[in-house]
Order: sequence, then C-alpha cells, then structure tokens
Amino acid sequence: MGMTITEKILAAHADLPRVEPGDLVECRVDMLFANDITAPLAIQQFERIGVEGVFDPDRVAFVLDHYVPSKDIAAAEQCRITREFVGKHGLPHFYDVGRAGIAHVLLAEEGFVAPGELFVGADSHTCNHGALGAFATGVGSSDLAAAMATGRLWFRVPHTLRFVFRGTLPRWVTGKDLVLRVIGDIGVDGARYAAMEFAGPVLQQLSMDERFSITNMAVEAGAKNGIMEPDDVVLGWVRPRARRPFQPVYGDPDASYAAVYEYDVTDMEPVVSAPSSPGNAVPVREVAGVRVDQCFIGTCTNGRIEDLRQAARVLAGRKVHPDVRLLVIPATPRIYRQALEEGLIQVFLDAGAAVSTSTCGPCIGGHMGVLADGEVCVSTSSRNFIGRMGHRGSKVYLSNAAVAAAAAVAGRLVHPDDVVREPVAV
Amino acid sequence: MTIRGRAHKVGDHIDTDLVIAGRYLVTTDPAKLAEHLFEDLDPDLRKRIRPGDVVVAGENFGQGSSREHAPLALVGAGVQAVVAASFARIFYRNAFNNGLLLLECPEASRGIQDGDEVEVDPETGKIHNLTRGERYQAKPLPPFMRELIQVGGIIPYVRRRLGLEAS
Repeated sequence: MGMTITEKILAAHADLPRVEPGDLVECRVDMLFANDITAPLAIQQFERIGVEGVFDPDRVAFVLDHYVPSKDIAAAEQCRITREFVGKHGLPHFYDVGRAGIAHVLLAEEGFVAPGELFVGADSHTCNHGALGAFATGVGSSDLAAAMATGRLWFRVPHTLRFVFRGTLPRWVTGKDLVLRVIGDIGVDGARYAAMEFAGPVLQQLSMDERFSITNMAVEAGAKNGIMEPDDVVLGWVRPRARRPFQPVYGDPDASYAAVYEYDVTDMEPVVSAPSSPGNAVPVREVAGVRVDQCFIGTCTNGRIEDLRQAARVLAGRKVHPDVRLLVIPATPRIYRQALEEGLIQVFLDAGAAVSTSTCGPCIGGHMGVLADGEVCVSTSSRNFIGRMGHRGSKVYLSNAAVAAAAAVAGRLVHPDDVVREPVAV
Repeated sequence: MTIRGRAHKVGDHIDTDLVIAGRYLVTTDPAKLAEHLFEDLDPDLRKRIRPGDVVVAGENFGQGSSREHAPLALVGAGVQAVVAASFARIFYRNAFNNGLLLLECPEASRGIQDGDEVEVDPETGKIHNLTRGERYQAKPLPPFMRELIQVGGIIPYVRRRLGLEAS
C-alpha cells in the first residue's frame, strides 16, 4: 500500500521508510514562526527550556501582524518582548511594522516554504502553506518553543480525506467558495485530526492566491493540515522565491484515503457562511437581502492581490452604500504596492472604502473595525464565531471578496451579478 | 490525586474565541486571562466557576485558534479538568502542554448536568457523578500523552531529551 503526500512528507522528516495513520512520529522541522500574540508565550516557554539559542536562526521567523501597529500599551509590550528576543539572539528573519504583513501570506511570498517541506507556526492558519505541497500545521506556543529549541516536534500521522473538484468554475465562484462548501458539507469537525487533500482538474483553473484560501481554511473543518500536490503552477510560483533547494513530493497512486469526496463545481454559486459557524455554508442567494453595516476585505484567507482585483471589479465606478463601512486591508506591503500600481487602491478610495496598512486586526475583533452589538459584517476572513469581530451580539457572514464588495455597494447581501449587472452611474 | 468539583456544562464546538476572546490576548498571565474566561459564551459563567471545578463539554471542544491563552485561562480560573465528547487537536496539545487534564468521554458529556458534583481520577480516567450516582469511563490516554503528563508537559519533556534534566 502506498502513501499519501502528507504521509510521505512526515515519513521523510522522521527518517522512516514509511508511516501509517495513527503512528506517533518525531519530525525535523524545516521552518517555524510565531506572531506578536503567540511569540511572547513561546519565548517564555523557550527560556524555561534553558538552551543557549534557537536550533537554527535561519529557520525561525517572527512576524508582528495581529495587533500592529500596536493598538494599545499592552499590545505594545507584547511586541517589545519579541523585538528584544530577536535582538538578543540576532535572529535574521524578523518582520516589524512597515515591512511585516500577515504572516501566512508574507512567509509564502518571501519563499520560506517550499514543496515537500515541514513547516509549523504558532497560529492555527499555518495550514495555509499546504497549497505549496508542504506539510504545514498550526501549533501552540509551547510546542513552538520545543521546536525552537530542538528543531523537532512530535506528530500523530493523520488519516487523509481527499476532495476532488471537477467541472468549470462559474463567474464569481472562487477557491474560498469551494472550501466553504466543503466545510458546510463535512462540518466544523468533519476533518478533525485529519489531512485534507485537495485535488482535481478545477485546481488548474485556480491561481495560487485562490489555492491558498482553500488550504488556509482546512483548520475550520478541524484538520491538522490541508495540502495539494505541487503542479506546474506551484513550481512556477515557488521557484523564483524559494530560499533553499527543495524536492517536490507526490502521493503514491495506490495511497489509501479514509474517504474521497467528489464535487462538480459547474452549477455552484458563491457561498456564504452564516453566523456563527464556518459550517453554516449556504449559496449567497439564500441569505440575499440581509442588511449589512460593515464589509471587510483582507486577512490571511483573502487579502491577496487576486482578492483585491475581484473586489475592484465590483467596486469600479460604484460607491459604497451610505449605511456601510468598507475596510480593505492588503495582506502584505508587497500586495499593497501591487494594488497601488494596478490602480486598485484608487478604485477603493473612489468608492469610499477605508484602506489600511497590513494587519490581522478586524478578523479577531482586535482593532481597525471592531463591531458593535447587533451589527452585521460580511467578511472575507475565515471565522464567524460569536464575538469574533467584536461584541458578542454582532454577526459575521464569511464570503469571497467579490461578494463582500457587492454587499458594500448594495448595503445588503447580494449575488455579485446583481450589482455588476446594473449600469454604472456616470 | 482525585479531582472533585462542580461541573459547568457547555455545548458542542466551543471555540477558543469563546474560551478567551481575541481582544484579551495582550497578556500571558493566567490570572488576568481567567477574568474573561467564557465571557462571550455567558458573561455570568466565570463568576460561577470555583477553583477545583470541572468543565463538561460536547463535541470538538477548543476548535479554532491555536491561542494557548485558552488553556491558560482555564488553568488561571482553577479549572482542574475538561471532560468532553471530543476535542479539537491544537487545543488538545496545548492543554496537556500546560498541565490541564482533558478526558474524552461521550457518556459523561451526555450524563453530567450543569451543577452536578463530579469526581475524576486522572490515573484511570474513571469519572463518578456524585449527584446522579452514575459512573463513566473516559478513553485511556495515549501512552505518549501519559508520559507527557507524568513529566509535567512538553517543556520538562524537552529538557530531559536534551539532557538538561535528570530522567
């Protein structure tokens, strides 16, 4: 019996000829990172271990992205702990305000993850990087501290669920819609402890940006990792970026899957996850008409250039509804600059959107767009849990960038076709 | 050592945002985090939790964010153990790494009601509902998790592996 791509990567990093689901293995870690929320706790635990320094300074990154630029004194103190640690140990891969972006987007962009590698981060959306054909998973600060000290971490080998997408993607249906649909079908614990492997000809129609939105949300179904086999699109994207030589890994033809789910995407429409679970996925027209107060386009799930282009396609020549605030947060400075050069930022400002520097801010109800009691937000983020973006009485609908932009124009949830079809006011 | 305390029942899919909201993640102090434990789930729940109590949950407790502040908030409030039908994976690791006992037991999750007096034996996984006179058996911990608990979590475990602490 062959192995899946996930099993092969874990076996290679444990120096074992083969592994099976359920095996407990200790693996070498190729790269790891923490953010401004998780790093202070990881540093505290690392210092308890009592080693001189990190196992390899070149394989450790710190990215300040959640509450930056610091929202208050307490947040500023957390950032200082990380800055001081980085200074003390002379760590080369540190990203601070102005050069930092949302870690998952930034670290992929900067070439820190490549096919076949094993990547851990003290942030649950680290599963994002599986779109590159890497094993990437989120851990807590203590596990990260252990990996910082030893370069190794234990894992239980997950069973693999395979999701195969066929057909032709309709207009406005994106990678985000595919993953929301899957989570709606299998539930928020449908892939608990599992690897989610995404495959099928539809992936060929998706840019890297859209692929990342899929693997990014694997954790929302309870998965350990999301992964895709690295095709020519991946290799073309990663080759000019990768900082180290890498060896792509592919699953065996006779690999064993715990379950296989087949989708024909041809008749899909954009999907929205209604409050207060990513699993409440419905076609957008089922919730059309819901009045909205705020729309948010950004985050590690959908703050990439392709998302901004989709939003601009809806917003060009239109205005944000007078009762709605639209926030646009490019995920990294590079994406911000590209959006500027492509004229997208102009489109957003002309429409009446607020465009901000890169931060996770609104997604965790931290700053830059916290919701009041009873307010409704359409967000391109990944979580709509109770209180996630503000008051526990606020409500969040998860969507792709075009749906969020369309809701901002209409003042209510709509299919993007219902906005873009209308003639543009001159 | 047996744990004995009052049960506080919560539902299925309780996410780590509900355990400790994102807006409070600007400290790593368990006592400060504990002030806001379960605040968005039920603003009064925190006041009812006494040191030594046990949280009893449904499926997939601890889903979502990897914030280790969630088990720390529970530890800070003096919660001794969480009994659930099932746990989300990152939370599971984080809890054990911080010395918080988790027991997976669907029968106890169904049988125990809010306010019941319960007794938990961490060694055997036996759970006794003193209020209702019911007994439940939690799934045995995997040997590696038992080893982690015995040495006191991932940090002492790593110290031993590196020869910084006698085994």
